[in-house]
Amino acid sequence: MATAIKDGTKVWQRRERGAQFATWAVYLVGVAIFVYCWDLISERTIWAFALDAPAQAADLAARMVPPDWNSIHGLWRPIWDTLNIATLGTVMAIVVALPIAYCAAQNTTPSTAFVRPLALFLIVSSRSINSLIWALMLVTIIGPGVLAGILSIGLRSIGFCAKLLYEAIEEIDESQVEAVRATGASGAQVTAYGIVPQVLPAFAGISVFRWDINIRESTVLGLVGAGGIGLPLNSAITTLAWTQVSLILLVIIATVVVSEWVSAKVRHAII
Amino acid sequence: MLRIKGLSKRYRTGDLALKGIDLDVPDGQVMALIGPSGAGKSTVIRCINRLVEPTSGTVMLNDVEITTLGRGDLRRARQRMGMIFQEYALVERLSVMENVLSGRLGTVGFWRSFFRRFPQSDIDEAFRLLARVGLDHMADKRADELSGGQRQRVGICRALIQNPDLLLVDEPTASLDPKTSRQIMRLIKELCAERKLSAIINIHDVMLAQMFAERIVGLQLGAIVYDGPPDGLTAEALTTIYGEEDWSATIRKVDDETDHENIAAPELPSRHRLAGLT
Repeated sequence: MATAIKDGTKVWQRRERGAQFATWAVYLVGVAIFVYCWDLISERTIWAFALDAPAQAADLAARMVPPDWNSIHGLWRPIWDTLNIATLGTVMAIVVALPIAYCAAQNTTPSTAFVRPLALFLIVSSRSINSLIWALMLVTIIGPGVLAGILSIGLRSIGFCAKLLYEAIEEIDESQVEAVRATGASGAQVTAYGIVPQVLPAFAGISVFRWDINIRESTVLGLVGAGGIGLPLNSAITTLAWTQVSLILLVIIATVVVSEWVSAKVRHAII
Repeated sequence: MLRIKGLSKRYRTGDLALKGIDLDVPDGQVMALIGPSGAGKSTVIRCINRLVEPTSGTVMLNDVEITTLGRGDLRRARQRMGMIFQEYALVERLSVMENVLSGRLGTVGFWRSFFRRFPQSDIDEAFRLLARVGLDHMADKRADELSGGQRQRVGICRALIQNPDLLLVDEPTASLDPKTSRQIMRLIKELCAERKLSAIINIHDVMLAQMFAERIVGLQLGAIVYDGPPDGLTAEALTTIYGEEDWSATIRKVDDETDHENIAAPELPSRHRLAGLT
């Protein structure tokens, strides 16, 4: 394609002349858009505010230290709620995601015409709504509290878990499944012996990964009233109690670090 | 006795893989199915146990018409046919023992199989078979820790624990080195003789086919073009199966090897021949 004969020798270039110019044109348009947007943003920025940002940040930081360690006794309960929201939400998501993934995977779905599109729709709708938005809606439906948090984390995670799981199911080695089927095994036995062992490592990895994400997501759910560490964070910010805010942020960081460590350990042990 | 009549298969893509095959395999016969890639060898085998549904024709195993069986009866019929695969097709993350016992799935209920509560008689048989192929000390190893030859022997145990009437063998040596290939083929042949099993062996390697099978069937473009004894595979016969090529080297080598095999085999006690397998 990009081979041409010049002076009797075959020369090769990655693209032909026209394609090369087109590539450059695309880059040029990209740069032009970037410059235009830069101009637009700087025009609408109040530079007086932006320029004293370092001073503002330093001021806020100064008001945040030292963290108000005395208020830590009031945080044990909310952080425990946060962990529960994340864990129970993940468990709920996994339980619901398993059958959905089974129905969504091309090689295990009972019917490609009806069940598979339905499963895929459930996955997309769960994934397209952020857990904070789920929480907003659920707080109005079932009232504020931990249950709303668990449900919103769970509903958001179903799509994530089901999608990764059905992709794992579609990637299995079919010959192993065929071999089990050839022994005269029933459908359920083919699943238990041919498919489950192949998907198990992916399943464990996905669950722990999602639990890890959910701990971070559940820290903000309290902002809309769905329980957990976000509740005291919200009230501390609205009352301008910056030393409490900094303590809460420290607690969140510690929790996330611990959860990352746990999930890394678990993943390592299972896979 | 396996009796295939007018077996054809047209894939959904429109390819006619088999064009009305007639084939009888008497009890205890080890038959090799040779032919170029895409000739339909795998399709023949998979149509027999209906991993691939035949388009038309009949398959009778011991007077049971397999092509019309319902789901439950098909599962029972599959129990009567052991299958051995090209890339072993062991469930990699299960242990050797679990893989062998999976050959008994058709006889065990779901929950018993799920909790691995197989009858002691099945476990005895599994240990006996593993000992027979020299792998009894490997029972608790995971299948993916084994070498190619060892995996294929586990695959053979899985097929044999079904206590089948017929072995369907799909390219058993395609991913093995020449020495292991010969050991595996010899093992299959010996086990068939011990149990008076008939076998259909798909194989690429003409020499191996001639060394270990008592009957050769040549398949080309979905039709049988050769059916006869191994020494009937002349240059002309190979040309009709595979197409024009210089076959002199293949045929001469075969003669050398079979001679060598015939001389060597009686000299070695069977214990020594098996020693290479462990």
